[in-house]
Amino acid sequence: MKALKKLMDKARPSFEEGGKLHAFRSVYDGIDTFLFTPNETSRSGVHIHDSMDSKRTMIIVIVALIPCLLFGMYNAGYQHWLAAGADSFPFWQLMSYGFLAVLPRLVVAYVVGLGIEFIVAQWRKEEIQEGFLVTGILIPMICPIETPLWMIAVATAFSVIFVKEVFGGTGYNIFNVALVTRAFLFFAYPAQMSGDKVFVASGKMLGIGGEIDGLTCATPLGQVATSGATDAAGVAGAMTDIAGDPVSLWHMFLGLIPGSFGETSTLCILIGALILLFTGIASWRIVLSAFAGGAVMALIANWCATPTYPASFLTVGEQLCLGGFAFAAVFMAPDPVTSCRTNTGKYIYGFLVGVVAILIRTYNNGYPEGAMLAVLLMNALAPLIDYCVVEANVRRRMARAKAAE
Amino acid sequence: MSIGIKVKKGLDIHLAGGVPENARPAECRCATVAIVPDDFTGLIPKMELREGDPVKAGQPLFHSKLDERLKVTSPVSGTVKAVVRGERRKILRVVVETGNGEPERINVAKALSDKGAAREALLASGLWAMLRQRPYDIIPAADARFRDIFVTGFDSAPLAWTPASISKEEAKALETGVKLLSLITDGKVYVSRRPGSFLPDLPGAEMVDVEGPHPASNAGTVIAAIKPVNKGETVACLDLATLRRIGLLAISGTVDFTTTVAVTGSEVKNPALVDTVIGAEISAILKNNIPEDGRNKRIISGNVLTGVAVTSDGYLRYPYRQVTVIPEGDDVAEFMGWASLSPKKQSTSPTFPGHFLSRRLFKPDARLLGGRRAMIMSGEYDKVFPMDILPEYLIKAILAKDIDRMEQLGIYEVAPEDFALAEYADTSKLELQKIVREGLDYLRKELS
Repeated sequence: MKALKKLMDKARPSFEEGGKLHAFRSVYDGIDTFLFTPNETSRSGVHIHDSMDSKRTMIIVIVALIPCLLFGMYNAGYQHWLAAGADSFPFWQLMSYGFLAVLPRLVVAYVVGLGIEFIVAQWRKEEIQEGFLVTGILIPMICPIETPLWMIAVATAFSVIFVKEVFGGTGYNIFNVALVTRAFLFFAYPAQMSGDKVFVASGKMLGIGGEIDGLTCATPLGQVATSGATDAAGVAGAMTDIAGDPVSLWHMFLGLIPGSFGETSTLCILIGALILLFTGIASWRIVLSAFAGGAVMALIANWCATPTYPASFLTVGEQLCLGGFAFAAVFMAPDPVTSCRTNTGKYIYGFLVGVVAILIRTYNNGYPEGAMLAVLLMNALAPLIDYCVVEANVRRRMARAKAAE
Repeated sequence: MSIGIKVKKGLDIHLAGGVPENARPAECRCATVAIVPDDFTGLIPKMELREGDPVKAGQPLFHSKLDERLKVTSPVSGTVKAVVRGERRKILRVVVETGNGEPERINVAKALSDKGAAREALLASGLWAMLRQRPYDIIPAADARFRDIFVTGFDSAPLAWTPASISKEEAKALETGVKLLSLITDGKVYVSRRPGSFLPDLPGAEMVDVEGPHPASNAGTVIAAIKPVNKGETVACLDLATLRRIGLLAISGTVDFTTTVAVTGSEVKNPALVDTVIGAEISAILKNNIPEDGRNKRIISGNVLTGVAVTSDGYLRYPYRQVTVIPEGDDVAEFMGWASLSPKKQSTSPTFPGHFLSRRLFKPDARLLGGRRAMIMSGEYDKVFPMDILPEYLIKAILAKDIDRMEQLGIYEVAPEDFALAEYADTSKLELQKIVREGLDYLRKELS
């Protein structure tokens, strides 16, 4: 470690103002602070600081995402094998297939996003910020596996620049950057982002897997939306896997269904949720109330089920396990920057995320999934909710002052 | 009669280097003492004496430029050795060489019966400058009307030392102090203490039993729980040492400038108590008590949360009764500290094993342990902020210099020290106390 420290210290002058590699100062800074805890000591106020910093915060989120990422790899392979009509599912081949399918997307998201972050940090003469570490891993996980790489690149660039950097960078954005990436793709390239051709990988990956022609398989929610089913049995029958067998609630919970890469497994999402809630990084107020809101809305929808909207026949369990609901409730809604910041506000915000997600997905056959739009909508409303909570505090103080007069 | 308060939000930071409970103070005499005008926030100094002038203990060194009645007095008799000035002739400190001589006598004949005389005695003795007021956390104006007076009877800050018992004379002094103070307020004199502590019920004062973690001892916490400060109101705050001095003044007519200092921190060889005077030399207080291991150290006059960093040839700052020495930490190369699972790391976050070691005494250094960021995590300040105030929003209003919003969100109720724990816990490493201090100064300037 000492040798590395020496190397970094030796390299420092050439990255500073006037140095040969001055243009890469932000990159050097990023690597240096990643490798060694900064030696800056406090100059005002408290003399000791909590060991927690934003780097660790972000890394914990990534750790919480790993179960979902690994499962996504397995599931990508599994769906491909299933589509090819295989009887046996060799674990490591499935994993390698999924790994090779997601790797280029991860690389593209990170290269584009971090590239922009480094340039902006250099331009603003600031330290590189960690926000994109999480965004970069989220982007491939919430997109269908067949999303073309160039689309990911364009969408990532769009949202990092116009959703984050123009507002001032990490901590200042109004909307969740990863979700805007997804929304950008969804509205700019609807044909490639929904329907029945994008959720299962059809190509060969470095010789693993096979070429499957004319592969079609929609997500269960997509199947329900287009099924035209008029009762609960019809809806249950409409949800089939790629081989045509019905999908059980257990499969939905495990996540062995077609869907966006990292968000199919409710089990893995719950493992991630445990990590985030135990470490206190995600707000339990938001996560729990999001699930509560979703459950309440699903109950209401199921109770007044109507043939006009086949998704209203789905049970509460199915609603919470299917699609991106759980993923959004655990990894998207509690983003501290874009969610409510007051404790009371968090309950309201989380609950409404849950309600709106199920509302959109059930009562709009055009959008089989509503979690993304629900979180974005609530991102926009979060400052309003906070405003009301803050006003209550202000009114209390004003009333007290008046009583004292 | 006493009032009970339970503080629920807060944090006790357990550090190594506390003074043993049965410690007895050692005498410490020093050749010079110094008074730093900056410690008396809100007072712009104008010297009354020049370098070389003889001075008596209790004789004014300087007074406020705006009001001659507000004086800061010399803690020792001797001669004014130096008036050290900085940029634009700002007085940085006034150094007094210790000599012999009688202390200044103050007229206290009517101080315990007449309102005007009580105020006069405090102003003339310089003890008035040891009071703090809310709002603004400054020295109160000479004619300030206090709604109430709050005395902090204990200290819950990290490594702070509180005596286990109190002598009869001291109890008498405290009682007399309360008597005098009750003359200068329209309301009550509140004295906070730990339940079952050494402090007896003081006649004339409303005792406040405070339970719970730091900031239980902060005046702001107690005021918020009893009767928050509204716009237009002023309350005075002081600590028990000042109350004792006020009592002794009323009894004897002289000011007692002695103080017992707790020498604490992980870098101190033997944590101990030292009997000395206000403004004593740090070198005398820390004599032979700092190991010479070649590592950089940070000497803090005060505790690790609200104290001031001083150099080893510096002086004990007012109002601190504690000196803490911790590693500076700028000479450490820590590889990937953000990934550390070391139990030596102290944190409010459960991602560190140290979080669960409730009995461990930590030895943190002065590093920020991360980069400064915008406010990212939410609710971190709330967890350690026991008032009915939304700290995050107040900080934002201060940064935006929005006076109306600051008032609405409760700026009159807070002092920088109330934000110390939030500043410690903040993952974005923002300088909250500095922000609040600047906000209070800005508000005072704009509204005066």
